Amino acid sequence: MSTTTTWRGVADSDAEEAAERDAPRFTGGSGQLLRELLRPYKGAIRLLLLIVLVENAARLSIPYLVKEGIDTGIPPITDYGDKGPLLTIVGIVLIATLTQAVARNIFLVRSGRIGQDMLFQVRRRVFRHFQVLSPAFHDSYTSGRVISRQTSDVDAIYEMLETGFDGLVTAALTLVGTAALLLFLDVKLGLVALLCGPFLFWLTNWFRVSSAATYKLTREKVALVIVHFVESMGGIRAVQAFRRGPRNQEIFDDVNDQYRAANLVAFRLVAWFMPGIRLIGNITIAVVLLYGGYLAYHGEVTVGVLAAFLLYLRQFFEPMMEISQFYNTFQSASAALDKLAGVLREEPSVPEPEHPTTLTDAQGELRFDDVRFSYVDDRPVLPGLDLTVPAGQTIALVGTTGAGKTTLAKLATRFYDPDEGRILLDGVDLRDLTSDNLREAVVMVTQENYLFSGTIADNIRFGRPEATQEEVERATRALGAHDFIEALPEGYDTHVANRGGRLSAGQRQLVAFARAFLADPAVLILDEATSSLDVPSERLVQHALRTVLAGRTALIIAHRLSTVEIADRVIVMEHGRVVEDGSPESLVASGEGRFSDLNDAWLESLA
Amino acid sequence: MTATPDTEPPAGVHSLWRLRGYLRPHRLALAVMLGTALGGVAVSIAIPLVTKSLIDGPITDGELGPVLPLGLLVLALGVLEAALVFWRRWVQSNAVLGMETAMRRDLYARLQVLPMSFHSQWQSGQLLSRATTDMSAIRRFSGFGLLFLVINIVQVTAVTLVLLHLYWPLGLVVAATAAPIVWLSMRFEKRYVVVSRRVQDEQGDLATRAEEGAVGIRVIKSFGRTEHVSRQYEAAARSLHATSMDKVRLSARFWTFLEVIPNLAVVVVLLLGAIGVGTGKLSYGELVAFITLMLSLVWPVASLGVILAMAQEAMTSAARILEIYDTEPDIVGGDQVIEQPRGHLRFEHVDFAFPDAPDEPVLRDVNLDLAPGETLALVGATGTGKTILTALVPRLYDVTGGRITIDGVDVRDLDLDHLRTLVATAFEEPTLFSMSARENLTLGRADASDADIDEALDIAQAGFARDLPWGLDTRIGEQGMALSGGQRQRLALARAVLARPRVLVLDDTLSALDVHTEKLVEEALRRVLSETTGLVVAHRASTVLLADRVALIQDGTISHVGDHRELLATVPAYRELLAADSEHEAARP
Repeated sequence: MSTTTTWRGVADSDAEEAAERDAPRFTGGSGQLLRELLRPYKGAIRLLLLIVLVENAARLSIPYLVKEGIDTGIPPITDYGDKGPLLTIVGIVLIATLTQAVARNIFLVRSGRIGQDMLFQVRRRVFRHFQVLSPAFHDSYTSGRVISRQTSDVDAIYEMLETGFDGLVTAALTLVGTAALLLFLDVKLGLVALLCGPFLFWLTNWFRVSSAATYKLTREKVALVIVHFVESMGGIRAVQAFRRGPRNQEIFDDVNDQYRAANLVAFRLVAWFMPGIRLIGNITIAVVLLYGGYLAYHGEVTVGVLAAFLLYLRQFFEPMMEISQFYNTFQSASAALDKLAGVLREEPSVPEPEHPTTLTDAQGELRFDDVRFSYVDDRPVLPGLDLTVPAGQTIALVGTTGAGKTTLAKLATRFYDPDEGRILLDGVDLRDLTSDNLREAVVMVTQENYLFSGTIADNIRFGRPEATQEEVERATRALGAHDFIEALPEGYDTHVANRGGRLSAGQRQLVAFARAFLADPAVLILDEATSSLDVPSERLVQHALRTVLAGRTALIIAHRLSTVEIADRVIVMEHGRVVEDGSPESLVASGEGRFSDLNDAWLESLA
Repeated sequence: MTATPDTEPPAGVHSLWRLRGYLRPHRLALAVMLGTALGGVAVSIAIPLVTKSLIDGPITDGELGPVLPLGLLVLALGVLEAALVFWRRWVQSNAVLGMETAMRRDLYARLQVLPMSFHSQWQSGQLLSRATTDMSAIRRFSGFGLLFLVINIVQVTAVTLVLLHLYWPLGLVVAATAAPIVWLSMRFEKRYVVVSRRVQDEQGDLATRAEEGAVGIRVIKSFGRTEHVSRQYEAAARSLHATSMDKVRLSARFWTFLEVIPNLAVVVVLLLGAIGVGTGKLSYGELVAFITLMLSLVWPVASLGVILAMAQEAMTSAARILEIYDTEPDIVGGDQVIEQPRGHLRFEHVDFAFPDAPDEPVLRDVNLDLAPGETLALVGATGTGKTILTALVPRLYDVTGGRITIDGVDVRDLDLDHLRTLVATAFEEPTLFSMSARENLTLGRADASDADIDEALDIAQAGFARDLPWGLDTRIGEQGMALSGGQRQRLALARAVLARPRVLVLDDTLSALDVHTEKLVEEALRRVLSETTGLVVAHRASTVLLADRVALIQDGTISHVGDHRELLATVPAYRELLAADSEHEAARP
């Protein structure tokens, strides 16, 4: 148990890890997504290809022109002091140089723009898609993964767009162009030079295959380091309180060392590959010199040709070495695109209606019509629920854990859709309302009281940004939250992220309440919303609820019965069915039944 | 505690210099790297010179004899160069990775001992970027940048000297082109750093928005604000797009210039060189060698800018890391150990204020005395300092006045590990790590037997942990099985119970449990608490009943101590806090 390997425990083999294949191929999800992203830029990319062709032609022409300068520019000077031909050639070199420069600049800026545009599209699509996906999806896909899709994965694509494409295109064009030029300059010498081809191919291929596995391992190991690091720091309070330090250090040293070992393998691959390319290049140059010198002696090639060969060969091998640099980038980009494609393929389980009905001035009548629902097949949570809540009624939902209360709330807010049956708001099926229209009418407050960065006032206005300061204060006064907010260093303008980080759980909950009240919905659903409040705050909230809930439909879920007193009607649920239904007084007065028992147990617990 | 995350530390060479200790174990490797790199420079200069002789031999003099030996010499030099590069890279990978790993290990070790008051000011993301990005920046510079800074300068100087020697007018031309390149590189680097920083900042903003969109998704959906949030995100993404384009344009211009300048030099060299050959001042071989050598200068000169940027980055990173190294942990253990602890806990005139707000005391003159085995409930309204009071016992924070003693010994004089063995806390917001359930449970007692674990699970009503897909080996936490709030609290409780402390602190540990489970947990806890000293933060009357006595905390100080019924009867403020249903009861027949 104290070995350093078992601490992580077992989990479902992560679908993401499986999705990360051994070699970047841009097939399947990633390929399709890449094609989709590139589609709008077809024309621009064709133009880019043209520019890059011009650029490379200009670049590759320079050694050839040097040869011309030596072979045809020098003899006239030696023979009759005529600098004309040389000047012409130098002029052409100058033009080629400037052409290359201009083309290069255009290429860099334009390809940069396409890359940035694509990145923007990816970001926008992914963010929106995550927003559209149902809470059911977010329940299983943790927020950490949502965040890393939008940060590290997008960064991987960015890296590829920034360095990879340019490098790959240039490398390919250089290889092909140089090979052609060498053969054109001198077939025999060219063929000898190109003998290095098979060796290059073999070495690059070896590197490609072995680095794929290695880089994948490196990424996995660094992920382990990061997770352990972040969790240790996030949970430092528990770490220190439980003297976890030494054991944590042991685990960290282990993952840190695994990362080092994986990195070392990757570095050593490069340590073989780079000098390998250099070796092939240097041998080729030596062979060309030997054979070229021999040919030159026999007058079969000129000095200019030999010089051009040497210059071309130098250019030939440089991009090959860079391949190792962006190979890793391609691989992580491919993995990232795969994951993003996987997310974008997810369909929201509560789709928007195709022909929405618009509900203005919702009254708040809520009807469950033979609603059946299960999270897992064959284990129905609601096996057929019928319930009508007239507009303006306040209902308390009571029952043990797992009775289906929260599920009911999630169905009423359309976080999920029922498997069978209908839920109607003012007679309209929830599935026929747009999400925005529905949310205007139905708002839920849960225990989860997330506050966004920004001021307290911003947070309270979240549901109704146009609310005035008076309206904001009216909501907080009703809840008794005004005083503590005023007492903060900058009152309503205090930033939640800074000093607000010290808001207690109860205070955050009050802000969340104010946010809901200000949104002024026709139906308000409170799911365990008061559980983190202390008793006086809870009492204040309940006072406020009496006024706030007047003329509003409300569903209140509570483990503790103190909330029930403000309800017009109590529904006791068990195994997804309504087992008791009536006013709190009548249910207690009956002296028997579950609510009566619960009430007795609760009174006892208060002692 | 001087470091705060908001202020950027001053970066300079001295920051990097202070980290030199990490290079010391790799001295030999560094010497090899430098030696092989210098050897590489020599070889790369020698090859074109041999080539020159080769061309001048057979062509100019019409001799075939020297071709073979000279050619073989080029071959040998080529193989030597590749071998030197291999040797350097091989040694380098070991050295720089060893250095990086050691630095990261030390950073982690230091962060673990820094107190809560430090961690509450730093987000884990900021610490993470120091452990990853900053470490890599230093690794890149010390393994690559520093080496090439030296090598490139040597190479540029040597090659320029050779060129001057070969044919001085052309040598001057080449030397003249180096000046604008260096000047341009330095200027570019300055502007590049600025725009890169802006891009980084905006990326950070965007990441924050992505995080809010993910964590706050249920709130966003509840209020139907998807469109609003998406639009905010897009605005930030668009601004990043614009800044990134500035960066693209800047570097496009720079890279273009970098390529143009040497090519222009080729134009000049070709012109003057060809004339030189034509007029007999220069041989063919010399001209070819000249152009080859000159082109070999392009990369070393151009990369100077990049290397300088890398150096700047490494210095900033070093400063950011030193910021943490330089923060002294202000909670350090004493050397006393209580041989036979009984668990007598006393608070004597305890004051507390957060270090960033010394004028706003959170606790004032708190006096409490818990006899061994006694359980005290702490009751108070939201925000009165109950949680911080409990955090003072295991010294997650230190008192700013007065003292806390266990069995008569000031907690500050106790060995820190010993103190935290004596005291265990179950927090209201339980922290679970992405590890197996067992590892999470045995956090405070790694040698716990299965029977101990079973007992703790039973007490905390956390038997569900045994029914997880892989039992106690199931990974939980963010990267594993998702658990409900109540389940998490019960595991945290089991963890605290399992540690078998002399003093057990429960910080509103049962708030997320339903009435039924809470009742079961309380019954079991009563047994545990009969043997240990207990400090229980309570919001509900039912929890208060676990305790022998109750202390009411108001405005940061203890106003009343007594029996629950007695306080209920005599203290209105207490009644206000705990008799939730006074109104309800009154309303009932």
